[in-house]
Amino acid sequence: MRKFQFHPCGSFKETYQDELFLFKTDFGRLWVWISLILLFVVIPSSFGIQTLNLFSLMGIYAMAALGLNILTGFTGQLSLAHGSLFGIGAYTAAILGSRGGFPFFATIPLAAILAAAVGIILSFPAARLRNLYLCIITIGGQLIIEYVLLHWKGLTGGAEGIAITAGESGPLSVSQGTTFYLVVFIALATMIWVAANLMRTRFGRAFVAIRDNETAAEGMGIPIFRYKLLSFAISSFYAGFAGALFAYHAREISPGLFSMGMSMEFLAMIVVGGLGSIPGAVFGSIFIVFLNELLGVLARVFLETGAVTAMIPIREFFYGGFIVLFITVKPKGISTIWERTKSVFRHWPF
Amino acid sequence: MLEIRHISAFYPFRIQVLEEISMIVKERQIVALLGRKGAGKTTTLKTASGLLSFEGGKVVGGSIKFKGEPILHLPPEEIIQKGMIQVLEGRQEFKHLTIEENLRVGTAVRRGKPYRKDLDMVYSYFPALLSRRKVLAGRCSAAELQMVVIGRAMMSHPELLLIDEPSLGLAPLLVGEIFRIVQRLNREQDKTIMLGGQNMNMALQIADYFYLLEEGRIVREGSAEPLRKDPNLSEPGLSGYPFNRV
Repeated sequence: MRKFQFHPCGSFKETYQDELFLFKTDFGRLWVWISLILLFVVIPSSFGIQTLNLFSLMGIYAMAALGLNILTGFTGQLSLAHGSLFGIGAYTAAILGSRGGFPFFATIPLAAILAAAVGIILSFPAARLRNLYLCIITIGGQLIIEYVLLHWKGLTGGAEGIAITAGESGPLSVSQGTTFYLVVFIALATMIWVAANLMRTRFGRAFVAIRDNETAAEGMGIPIFRYKLLSFAISSFYAGFAGALFAYHAREISPGLFSMGMSMEFLAMIVVGGLGSIPGAVFGSIFIVFLNELLGVLARVFLETGAVTAMIPIREFFYGGFIVLFITVKPKGISTIWERTKSVFRHWPF
Repeated sequence: MLEIRHISAFYPFRIQVLEEISMIVKERQIVALLGRKGAGKTTTLKTASGLLSFEGGKVVGGSIKFKGEPILHLPPEEIIQKGMIQVLEGRQEFKHLTIEENLRVGTAVRRGKPYRKDLDMVYSYFPALLSRRKVLAGRCSAAELQMVVIGRAMMSHPELLLIDEPSLGLAPLLVGEIFRIVQRLNREQDKTIMLGGQNMNMALQIADYFYLLEEGRIVREGSAEPLRKDPNLSEPGLSGYPFNRV
């Protein structure tokens, strides 16, 4: 029988094959199983539909943030067009699902593929630029997509947007609630697994190499332009997939939802969570969604006390203030707390 | 193996760095490219490895042939595939990758081919890296990083290694160690090596031939043997050495 290994100390690897495992010890594997049981068994059976919807929203944002983290955190390409690519995913799903009669499980991948295609088109000029120039060109991309969503009324419904019918897929109805929650988190778990493995392949190493030192990466024979294109495509695919799920979650979408504000929100998620960290993208989205909810609750309290006019700007003030405070206290994001916690367990009882 | 003929190189705004450079590197030779700071050593190496255009530079006139094939204007990726790679000045590690991941980046042009024997080979030349292979490069010492970047270049199976300033910022003992390893790579692995740098003393100890650059032109060349025996050659720098009497 195999001997379980809970501490990395004494965990010697004899072959390169041994080093390829995603988890170095059984402790990591145990945590994954515990998390999966919590996520797919305990939570759906313990919470009501409203809470599950909130969790679903977190999962959707985590997917999009994970995509942005691949592009910005791992490849070092700052993008402020992620919100609009998220929007392309949402609109594609809405149009295909509501007007085209496509089933739920067909609209989601199609939306992701279309978003990836738009991401590739956007990346052609963007991948040749760096730093502020790159930032400006992605803002340009965001504004163009926003304009199209707002003014192509025949397709997008203009400022009024589109209402989406509940996701039907054969006999299965994937509307809000438990089924939707399960679909979102199965997709998120798969995407986390794909991203974690991607970062261990030559593609992932090339992304980090490009971020760390572009000249040296070029000098090692990494075709930088092609790899940047790939990173944009993967990131947009994640955004499109998440956007499509968001459309089914929101039931009604309009261009205002996918503005520059949403791109900034995704950026805040990965900075607060931790740039270049896969758990960081998840933590960041949890933080931002909770912060929004908390401020929403506070707003309701204020409304009840009659401070209606004061609340609207104060909400924005607190939202920005919390993010600034968090980045000041933890500049490397929540993922550093996670890493430290893991290292305490790793060295326990010493 | 490498033949550079009448190459002139410019950086943006028509700043000329090289003027009608010509040189030949023969198979299994160690060639030292010497000169003061700003003489054009790094630009010569970057011109050969294809990196000059990536940095906005431009080559005018002339030709570069590697193993008889013209390689001027080819991207670095294709030049590496043909068997020539440059080890850049100033280490240039990927600090968020571990030592082993840094080494594996060196296999980028070999796509999916086995790399384990190459890792073993690199560790046999740089045993200090073996025990530190899971450490992030950003946490390594200058000497370890110099080993990493040479090892990383070796992972691409080069026939010609262009090594720029291998002794930059290293303690004298470590400089000697790095140069000894470079010499072993030449003798044991049959690698042709072109060394660029200001550490003339050490470079000439292992070189077969040298080129001296000044203000973008080759002002002297010849066998390294007579210079090796010259008692005047005791200082590592170039200042004060009477090159006009060589």
